[in-house]
Amino acid sequence: MIATALFIFVGCSLWSVLYSFTSSKSLPRERFVGLKQYDRLFDSSRWMESMENIAIYGLCALVFSLGVGFLLAVAMDQKIRFENTFRTIFLYPFALSFIVTGLVWQWVLNADFGIQQVIRDIGFTTFEFNLLASREYSIYALVIAGLWQGTGFVMALMLAGLRSIDQEIWKASRVDGIPAWRTYLFIVIPMMRPVFITTLVIIASGIVKVYDLVVALTGGGPGISSEMPAKYVYDYMFGRANLGQALAASTVMLSTVLIILIPWAYLEFSEKKGDSHA
Amino acid sequence: MLEAGPHGTKPRRIVSPHNIMLYGFLIVAALYWLLPLYVMVVTSLKGMPEIRLGNIFAPPVEVTFAPWAKAWDSACTGLYCEGLKVGFWNSIRILVPSVVISIVIASVNGYALSFWRFKGSEVFFTILIFGAFIPYQVLIYPLVIILRELGLFSTLGGVILVHTIFGMPILTLLFRNYFASVPVELFKAARVDGAGFWRIFFQIMLPMSLPIFVVAIILQVTGIWNDFLFGVIYAGTRNFPMTVQLNNIVNSTQGVKEYNVNMAATLLTGALPLIVYFISGKLFVRGIAAGAVKG
Repeated sequence: MIATALFIFVGCSLWSVLYSFTSSKSLPRERFVGLKQYDRLFDSSRWMESMENIAIYGLCALVFSLGVGFLLAVAMDQKIRFENTFRTIFLYPFALSFIVTGLVWQWVLNADFGIQQVIRDIGFTTFEFNLLASREYSIYALVIAGLWQGTGFVMALMLAGLRSIDQEIWKASRVDGIPAWRTYLFIVIPMMRPVFITTLVIIASGIVKVYDLVVALTGGGPGISSEMPAKYVYDYMFGRANLGQALAASTVMLSTVLIILIPWAYLEFSEKKGDSHA
Repeated sequence: MLEAGPHGTKPRRIVSPHNIMLYGFLIVAALYWLLPLYVMVVTSLKGMPEIRLGNIFAPPVEVTFAPWAKAWDSACTGLYCEGLKVGFWNSIRILVPSVVISIVIASVNGYALSFWRFKGSEVFFTILIFGAFIPYQVLIYPLVIILRELGLFSTLGGVILVHTIFGMPILTLLFRNYFASVPVELFKAARVDGAGFWRIFFQIMLPMSLPIFVVAIILQVTGIWNDFLFGVIYAGTRNFPMTVQLNNIVNSTQGVKEYNVNMAATLLTGALPLIVYFISGKLFVRGIAAGAVKG
């Protein structure tokens, strides 16, 4: 079992990294060309656009899903009525495929029938909201759809975090007359640091992989305006038969994930040995 | 005569500025989350002429189920016009073995990691964490080669194997964490009574770990059903799962766009995970929270 896991997860990753230094086209070949694939990669306007897009998407997705997710969790934690109903509503998109999410939003954002047209029909005839046809803003269509799918999940994690906080803390701060928002800001949020960090790592490693959503919602377009790194890898690997280039791109993705992951894993697991019985 | 002052605590008013803000925020948020579902359902029940005239939020004037029938039975993906039902059955054929095999292996792994000290268990654990987060893109091509060597590329068996492999890290961690909360005395007592690896697993651990199996099943069923990437690469054209077929139907460039059929198809594809979600309720939340690797 260990051998299999080692072979597949570590062995295969190393294979990909190794062959990213070759000039492999449609089949892997051991003709090493040094860093040439990486030079080409960072010269490619499509790759640079992909990197820029994932930076925008990642930043927006992180800020909004953490921000809105936390606010929703706080709202849900106020002993509200219909808590289960609200939770069900916020979380159901998370059960759906990114393909489904992408296709729904493609329809809602449709220029001829979607939100834009509905608002024009009300009387605002010059209203412009055509993200999918805009080179500048198509990436934000992905942000909107991605947040729709993922924020409920963040809320669920945050709510679990809030619920795990000792009720005595609330009693103490109430006795001291500290307003609720200050208790959240200066006591609860610092206490929830581990929850925030874990959530951050999960969202971030999900963002790096985003692929299906792009395929379903924008197809990378218009032009190359909403391309993403994972799609670059797939297209060069299977569409353009340029394996070396695809593997170089995937190696860059792997490095990004490791940069996020290693400090976290170190923090999370180094002090928790003895957690299992073994 | 003096009027008696009010006694006891001040009753909480239902309509207070605080509550208006709170529920206002929740309701606005709920609308953002519900609108796309509403639009999907409404659109799938309209005829095309009505869609062209009205707006996407208007309820259907004349309810028709024809788009649903067409999406299931005769919508076209490229050359074939057999509808989504082909993809549905492919997805089922991929789903059932992948879920069963991955959970069987992962539960034994998690149990072993949790109770049995073996050489390299630390290394194994580290690899699993790595495997849970690694971008699939670095493994795609090596796996293509391996499957080709095994003669499994572009077959159902191939895609099932891939799902099993990629499910392994997260599921093993899930079971390991669960078994780690089982009192170790129970295990020691069984050892003293002479029970071995398998006997302890089957007679003691299995009966008490039903909830975590349910969580694992939820996690895997939704995950595998919603997969697109592995299906498109490893399954082969004849075995494309429902998500791939759905995308081919909706994003095909040929012919007139039938938005009502597209939305019916989208709903059909989302139906199974949604049903799982609505039935499992809180367990689903537990499942995804558990899937969110915690040490």
